[in-house]
Amino acid sequence: MSWTAFIGALETGFVYGLVALGVYLSFRVLDFPDLTVDGSFALGGAVAAVAIVQGMNPYAATAIAAVAGGCAGLVTALLNVQLGILNLLASILTMIALYSINLRVMGRPNVPLLNQDTIFTPFEQLSWLPDRWIELIVLAVVAIAAKCCIDWFLASEIGLAMRATGANTTMARAQGISTRGMILLGMSLSNGLVGLGGALFAQTSSFADVSVGGGTIVFGLAAVIVGESLLPGRSVWVATLGSLLGSIVYRLVVALALNVDGLGLRSQDLNLITAVLVTVALVLPNARNPFQRLLKWGASVTGRVPQ
Amino acid sequence: MISVEQLEVTFNPNTAMETKALRGITLTIPPGQFVTVIGSNGAGKSTLLKAISGDVSCDRGSVSIGDRAVTRWSAPRRAKLVARVFQDPLAGSCADLTIAENMALAYRRGRWRSLAFGVTPGMMVEFRSHVSRLNLGLENRLGDRMGLLSGGQRQAVSLLMATLAPRKILLLDEHTAALDPKTAAYVAKLTREIVEEQQLTTLMVTHSMRQALDLGDRTLMLHEGQVVFDVAGEERSRLDVPDLLRMFEEVRGEELANDSLLLS
Repeated sequence: MSWTAFIGALETGFVYGLVALGVYLSFRVLDFPDLTVDGSFALGGAVAAVAIVQGMNPYAATAIAAVAGGCAGLVTALLNVQLGILNLLASILTMIALYSINLRVMGRPNVPLLNQDTIFTPFEQLSWLPDRWIELIVLAVVAIAAKCCIDWFLASEIGLAMRATGANTTMARAQGISTRGMILLGMSLSNGLVGLGGALFAQTSSFADVSVGGGTIVFGLAAVIVGESLLPGRSVWVATLGSLLGSIVYRLVVALALNVDGLGLRSQDLNLITAVLVTVALVLPNARNPFQRLLKWGASVTGRVPQ
Repeated sequence: MISVEQLEVTFNPNTAMETKALRGITLTIPPGQFVTVIGSNGAGKSTLLKAISGDVSCDRGSVSIGDRAVTRWSAPRRAKLVARVFQDPLAGSCADLTIAENMALAYRRGRWRSLAFGVTPGMMVEFRSHVSRLNLGLENRLGDRMGLLSGGQRQAVSLLMATLAPRKILLLDEHTAALDPKTAAYVAKLTREIVEEQQLTTLMVTHSMRQALDLGDRTLMLHEGQVVFDVAGEERSRLDVPDLLRMFEEVRGEELANDSLLLS
């Protein structure tokens, strides 16, 4: 594998590490299967790119992108909590709606960010290191900072309440926790992280595209699952570390696979490889399986018994 | 104090599955009284508890706890007045959280939750002293996951959790039913101690007639969503399990159809 490909894989790993942390919050902490991320990832990129092109400070643009992602999560949560729509379906509705919204935000399917200031620019001017390295270091710092913030949050009084909401709703309500409020808050945080990831992705790849979000949920989930098998353990800081690490390892493995000529794989096979990987991980015995209920539901419809 | 007036709860109204779970129950429990509730399956015992805790909304009637009318309050809002222990030991705590974290959740029941650390060293000291009274050797296991404990241990901790934050009333929903006899006796003894010590206004649903007479100072029997009898004081202390069965038959004028009531 070339050096450039290696650094690129690490960069993508950290960016999708933010997505993985968001997916960890929704799928694992809140037990909320959330597909909004496909839309909120693209939304983050779209908002950041448009704001930067219009001359906004890139840090402010990135912050606004994260807030926009959070709003998308809030919409999904409101559909679920206020209107009583099944969580998975609520997230699909938001995801579909976001496709139109992203096109509206950008005004066209693609916004290039060539020769624009990004959050990396000040550091690139300061340092003698190659730009690629600067990007990698900034992304790593952001991802690790996000991980630490989540660790701290989930250990706080509100964080404990959020974990109880996902783990045992009856108990949470009996302890005076507004489980609805916790779902609203948690889904906003989760999609805020994903929006941030989208904004950083747009700035590292110098464009925002309406189709960039497709499959984000599967990449995020793959990272969480790979992380869980690499670092088994139930404490929060291990799980969040696992999500970051899972994202990086997953990207490295994919980069390696694409670089081995004998396999004959090309970059367009990425989605297929990911789908196969996630399927294998889900079917493996003892894997913690967020789709278990869906499998059971599927079995009751088709009459087949899942393994 | 708990006051319930003309409480009616109907499940699946206007369908073939319509069930009238509570049919106009009126009940007043003065502060500090420990009331036990018995009745056959489907008599409305658990529904009564859920209507008081806010898990089931009532169609008619009113509920007050202390001096507050709480009929329109949600369950989380009522939690500042109500502490509960459930029948299923798994229902009252979070398996993936540590013992200390579970206790910290209960510690802040009904109070504002902030971004401050959920479990502080000060809390750990307090929790350790609470847990040591159980004599279950949990003092040095506060960092263990709740899921590692046995059903009886979890139920004992749930009972402690109910006493950590201020509360007006304690609701126990067959909290010994899922335990083996020895553990059930232990949890029942612990219940009696804690209720006496803290002078708690308590409503306890039980399947066991023995337990209903041994614990507390007043016994209610529910049948088909109504209170069929209500004994306390001198009259109650003279009662035994066979008397209870006979009274039930007399009041209803019918044979006991449900074996589960006879078993214990």
